[in-house]
Amino acid sequence: MTATIDNHWYPVAMISGIQAPRETLLLGKKITVGRERGTCWVKDASGNALPTVERFGHLWTSPGQPNRDLFTIPEADSPGRRLVDVGSVKVKCSPLRAVENFLDIAHFPFVHTDILGAEPHTEVDRYDVKIREEVDEVWATKVKFFQPQAAKSAEGGITTEYMYRVPAPTCSVLYKTCPPRPGEWDVITLFVQPLTDEWCEVWPWMALYDDDSTMSEMVSFQQLIFMQDRSILENQLPRKLPLDPGMEVPTQADMTSVAYRRWLKKIGYTYGAQLVAA
Amino acid sequence: MILYDYVLSASCYKVRLMAALIGKTLSLHAVNFHPAQEHKSPEMLALNPKGTLPILQDGDTVLTDSADILRHLTAEHPEWRSPEDDRWLAFASDLNNSLGLARLHDVISYEADIEKARAAGVAALRKLEAHLTEQRFDGLIFLTGKTPTIADIACFPNTALAPDGGVSLDPYPSVRLWMRAIRSLPGFIEMPGIHRLHELAHPA
Ligand SMILES: N[C@@H](CCC(=O)N[C@@H](CS)C(=O)NCC(=O)O)C(=O)O
Ligand SMILES: [Fe+2]
Repeated sequence: MTATIDNHWYPVAMISGIQAPRETLLLGKKITVGRERGTCWVKDASGNALPTVERFGHLWTSPGQPNRDLFTIPEADSPGRRLVDVGSVKVKCSPLRAVENFLDIAHFPFVHTDILGAEPHTEVDRYDVKIREEVDEVWATKVKFFQPQAAKSAEGGITTEYMYRVPAPTCSVLYKTCPPRPGEWDVITLFVQPLTDEWCEVWPWMALYDDDSTMSEMVSFQQLIFMQDRSILENQLPRKLPLDPGMEVPTQADMTSVAYRRWLKKIGYTYGAQLVAA
Repeated sequence: MILYDYVLSASCYKVRLMAALIGKTLSLHAVNFHPAQEHKSPEMLALNPKGTLPILQDGDTVLTDSADILRHLTAEHPEWRSPEDDRWLAFASDLNNSLGLARLHDVISYEADIEKARAAGVAALRKLEAHLTEQRFDGLIFLTGKTPTIADIACFPNTALAPDGGVSLDPYPSVRLWMRAIRSLPGFIEMPGIHRLHELAHPA
């Protein structure tokens, strides 16, 4: 494993869910996660302590030496938001495929029918995508899409505006129109723990404005959405994410995915990727 | 009627599906089964000491087993009942303890002997396939006859969700035809992992 891959931060647990020490995998290697007197710890297979960060309700670690702090989501700190621990779902797919699927809006009407999309509203209009060099992140903005039930809090269909952000190779953050407060963004994240290069544990997390739904209702809504993706992800081919341009012909809607792949290639992140045409 | 419900539970989906098929509206109370284990909270244990879902509350009656709930919902719907149902309701419980357990293991990290759970699931699917093939030879589509009963609704969810637990349905053509027949019933509703019929033909 190269340092390029080891030196990132990875989510390995939901803090509120840590009880007895638990063994798990990170990048194919065994690690143990636990908590003592309120402080979380992670150890590698030889018992060495790994660095930790507690942020966004999750515990993060790195098998290498991260050369920068874990990203932040300043919007999530604003008062009045409800922070939702969605829990994890395991999926037999490449961690990069899980992120790529999260970035793709074109599948909404077909996979999240009558919730995040509906026919005949299948067109994705032109939007802006770029790699923001100063922060080394992928950003897509001005993404607009018609949604019958944009969130648990939505009453009827609305055109939702999205911003997508990839701040780390196996993490994505999306900002979308908040139905009860149209001037604000709801924050929904997908934190992916690469168990191996074709198996992952996915930890969604949300920071929403919603004064009406119960916590259980918000968790259910997000789990429902994510489980609609799971069988699709497990059946995707090729299993690993191709990083070579030209292998799949991109459409307008895929521009975020194209930028994501380009960025992965640029930073040399190849875990769960395929570089040679299959 | 209040259904204490978990959106990803196959057993809760049995109840939601049955109610939808007979046109009965349930008031759904979402329980955070995963990750918060709310079904083991003092409030929920007071309602159901077994600490399981689904729970149906109908006035003073509280039912905590999906088979009992299906019987209760269809008490006034003889067309959804057959003398053969009981045996299939027991079989549905075998499916839940094999395919259902494999799915909870693979999706939300439930403790299980996964090879054993999958092997028991495959054995159950073979029985189901053999029975449904015989039914087809007799011109019958459903488990107990020409029309669906609570037997079909009880066995359908964990069967259809088998791929979530790493068990393929490819070897069972009669089972797949039967699932199609259930998915085309008027009033059918979906759950994550079980898509409605006319949409997206991804491998089931
Ligand atoms: N016999 C029950 C079984 C239902 C069942 O397995 N429920 C799961 C949720 S899908 C449960 O509540 N499990 C609690 C536990 O495992 O502690 C029924 O069909 O009603
Ligand atoms: Fe999706």
